Amino acid sequence: MTESSLHPTSEVAVALELNGNLVHATVPAHRTLLDMLRDDLGLLGTKRCCAEGECGACSVLLDGELVNSCLVLGAEANGGVLLTIEGLSMDGVTDLQAEFLAAGAVQCGVCIPGQVMAAEQLLRTNPDASRDEIRDAMSGNLCRCASYQRIVQAIQAAAVGRRSDA
Amino acid sequence: MPDENQKLSSSGPNAGTHRVVGQPVHRYGGVDRVTGAQRYLSDITFANAAHVAFATIPVGCAAIDAIDTSPAWAMPGVIAVVHADDLPQPVARFGVSHKDRPVIATKMVNYHGEPVVAVVAETEDEAHAAANAAVIHYTELPGVYGLDAALAGDAHLVQDPSVRPRDDLNSTNVLEQVEYAWGDVDSDGISSPTIIEDTYTFPMVTHFPIEPGGIVAAPTDDGGIEIYSPVQHPYLLQRTIADVWSIPLSRVRVIAPDPGGGFGGKQTPRYEPLIAFLALKTGRTCRLVLSLEEAFQLMRRSGCRIHARTGFSESGELAFHEMQVDFVVGAYADVAPRVMTKGSYVGAGPYRIPRVSINARAVLTNTVPSCAFRGFGAPQVGWATESQLDAGARALGLDSLEIRRRNLVEHDEAFIRGDYEARSDGRWHESLEKAAELIGWHEPTPSGRGRGIAVGIKPGATTGLSQSLVRLLYDGSAMAYAGTSDMGQGARTLWKQILADELGVDLDLITIISGDTNSVPFDLQTSASRSTVFMGNAVLAACEDIRDRVLKLYAEATGTAQSELAHSPGQLVTPSGAIALVEAAQTALGGLRGEFVGQGTCRLWGEKGHPLGGDAAFYEFNATAIEVEVDHATGEILLTKHVTVGDVGTEINPLQVVSQDEGAAIMGLGHSLMEQMLFDDNGQIVNLGAIDYRIPTFNDVALDMQTASIENNDGPGPYGCKGISEGALLCTAGAVGAAVADAVGTPVRELPITAERVWRTIRDANRDSPV
Ligand code: FES
Ligand code: FES
Repeated sequence: MTESSLHPTSEVAVALELNGNLVHATVPAHRTLLDMLRDDLGLLGTKRCCAEGECGACSVLLDGELVNSCLVLGAEANGGVLLTIEGLSMDGVTDLQAEFLAAGAVQCGVCIPGQVMAAEQLLRTNPDASRDEIRDAMSGNLCRCASYQRIVQAIQAAAVGRRSDA
Repeated sequence: MPDENQKLSSSGPNAGTHRVVGQPVHRYGGVDRVTGAQRYLSDITFANAAHVAFATIPVGCAAIDAIDTSPAWAMPGVIAVVHADDLPQPVARFGVSHKDRPVIATKMVNYHGEPVVAVVAETEDEAHAAANAAVIHYTELPGVYGLDAALAGDAHLVQDPSVRPRDDLNSTNVLEQVEYAWGDVDSDGISSPTIIEDTYTFPMVTHFPIEPGGIVAAPTDDGGIEIYSPVQHPYLLQRTIADVWSIPLSRVRVIAPDPGGGFGGKQTPRYEPLIAFLALKTGRTCRLVLSLEEAFQLMRRSGCRIHARTGFSESGELAFHEMQVDFVVGAYADVAPRVMTKGSYVGAGPYRIPRVSINARAVLTNTVPSCAFRGFGAPQVGWATESQLDAGARALGLDSLEIRRRNLVEHDEAFIRGDYEARSDGRWHESLEKAAELIGWHEPTPSGRGRGIAVGIKPGATTGLSQSLVRLLYDGSAMAYAGTSDMGQGARTLWKQILADELGVDLDLITIISGDTNSVPFDLQTSASRSTVFMGNAVLAACEDIRDRVLKLYAEATGTAQSELAHSPGQLVTPSGAIALVEAAQTALGGLRGEFVGQGTCRLWGEKGHPLGGDAAFYEFNATAIEVEVDHATGEILLTKHVTVGDVGTEINPLQVVSQDEGAAIMGLGHSLMEQMLFDDNGQIVNLGAIDYRIPTFNDVALDMQTASIENNDGPGPYGCKGISEGALLCTAGAVGAAVADAVGTPVRELPITAERVWRTIRDANRDSPV
């Protein structure tokens, strides 16, 4: 009684570098990367809200790009390098995450793993982003608690910290 | 033991003794939230759980003719396929104000999305596939999807009269109505020199929590049940399950994982009785995880239409204010009658008005049942009253600020008169002036821009009961048991701060337990921004109870007379000086160790006959000022400044106050500028889901946004605090509306104020004005 008896789709073998480790999974070809992470690999830090690419709750970094994992098939990650919130937090709270806490950016928190991934990518690709650039870059990540202003402040503070460390 | 029926009155600041109350302590559970370790309902794994999916039909109103479940049964993995005929008859109905919502659609579908068939299967995919296979034969009926249709003489009745047999209104779609009046509007209104009369609308909007939610139900060996649901009111859910399925409360355990956003949408039980039935019937743990689309069909704010007629004296004093207020409440009552009565009770605003008449109705339509939503009816009615004030100001050559200065009540002045008057419990002019100052009201508005200022008011809880237990352990660590659901407001952070100060325990050594009816004492609900006041007082009382107990046992253990001892926050005062409470506790406990357990209760009795069941414990008051730039060619609005000021009593955690204020204020931009649920002629939600329903994003926040608090330590909660979590969205719409009207010269009276509406307003005004 597997899914393949429901949908006559084939299963595919996926091998990828996930948070620094090589992992293998066999998943139905139609399974999204988000579902593969959560249901097959047990990584539950990546959240699901809209499941159609509009909210950013499922943001992860695939091959150095920010993607909505609900819009990517698990099979497409084959051979890729994937970083999730668990990988980012492997050595404890990062400077960026600490700034989220200090700025009061975390309310219910369910959008926050996605926000952190998007913010991390922004800091890596545009470390000197202006406030407008931060708002634009982050605009795909919804927060219904509307911590937006706090998140911008956290990103700016982390950017300052990284510049002075550099 | 402290007096458990303590009257809620201002306790004033406890200056000098605070160490962490008042500090920006980081959020309890914050680290788990930033690292992804926090487990929301859909992150909790259950061994051998079965999965639930619903079958629905694509219309808002229909008679169910027949249901063919055999194609669903034939699908792989199916464990049960259930519809109304499979439940004990008659199918139970439940609800907090009216017992009108059936456990599953029974004979009728009354709104788009109402579950008709529930399937239990081994996997989520199998459950959905089988639900899709079920065949529902139905006859679509001419449902009522808007106010005019629902109020027409020959309207289809959303609820069969048999659902509310003893109700005079049962042959109409009016669920409840209420009238508030003082003075005599009819006699004198005509003589007011300036009378403004207009109609305003407020859209239906949905909560859109980033965690859509879900339910897990597991039967227990003793015939009871465990329900996991991210609810704001675990004890209400416990009672509902016990009532519907006749199970003793002691065998209904509700576990409430932290909601990933609530905003009022996760208060009342909806699908829980059904999922409980499925679990009891199949003997399996049954798990339902909702999609965002399903969350749209589970929760929304009631829309509203307000017709208002307001008279002003020559100098801009309000002479009278009349309103007909119609709330679009949807198919079942939920708490909507309360939204209607509470929202319209303060409908005339915090003003000095000699004559007022408000008639309000909760009108049933074939739409998603509306429920509580941050602001609870006050933003809807306030939108009209604030807009009327601005229209009056424009007619009289005053500005938004000046007209409010002239009409806003002073401290302790009545703004609701008549048999059940309400008085200002704050110095609200201070908030108004602060908002004006922060936006730079006295500097000229930059060209091409417009400014508006508005105020909002909402009654806090009118009755309440919160109970808490606190344990001071031998090693100097402590635990508090407090049933408030922590859904983003950060309640547990505050309990930690209170314990730290009152017991003298390090923040790091404090654990808060919540979300489990088996271990945490009763709390009425997490709503109406009550928790900081009610549960806060209960936690504070439990800490005082512990200090009393430490004192007594210390006296016994050391042979000191009790009369020679006293306690204060964090300390026991002995004849030889003050010692840390923790140290005194260890001395008192001695070699047997053990612990101290304190109990605290905060209860607010209602008042018989009062239209709200009692006077509010406190009022949330807010002043919001907004500056916009409007593109006259497209109608697009750019928010240049957004300022809100709340009358908070005392900030227990300034960081959390800012988060909540900004969050509420930005959420208020949703219904003001962009959000509205749209229905087609068949009652289907047109913009179902995130692609077509837009909520505020990073880019919608004003270029300059500031929040501030007025602290007069005049609230009934710990250290003089009041509840704060709703204030900043109460009058967002009024301030935006006034700013847009200031910029384009004509007001928009329908929310949301979209670019298209602004563009039309400009076009119509140009067309009407002589060239
Ligand atoms: S869940 Fe992937 S973008 Fe919303
Ligand atoms: S913190 Fe609640 S949705 Fe962002």
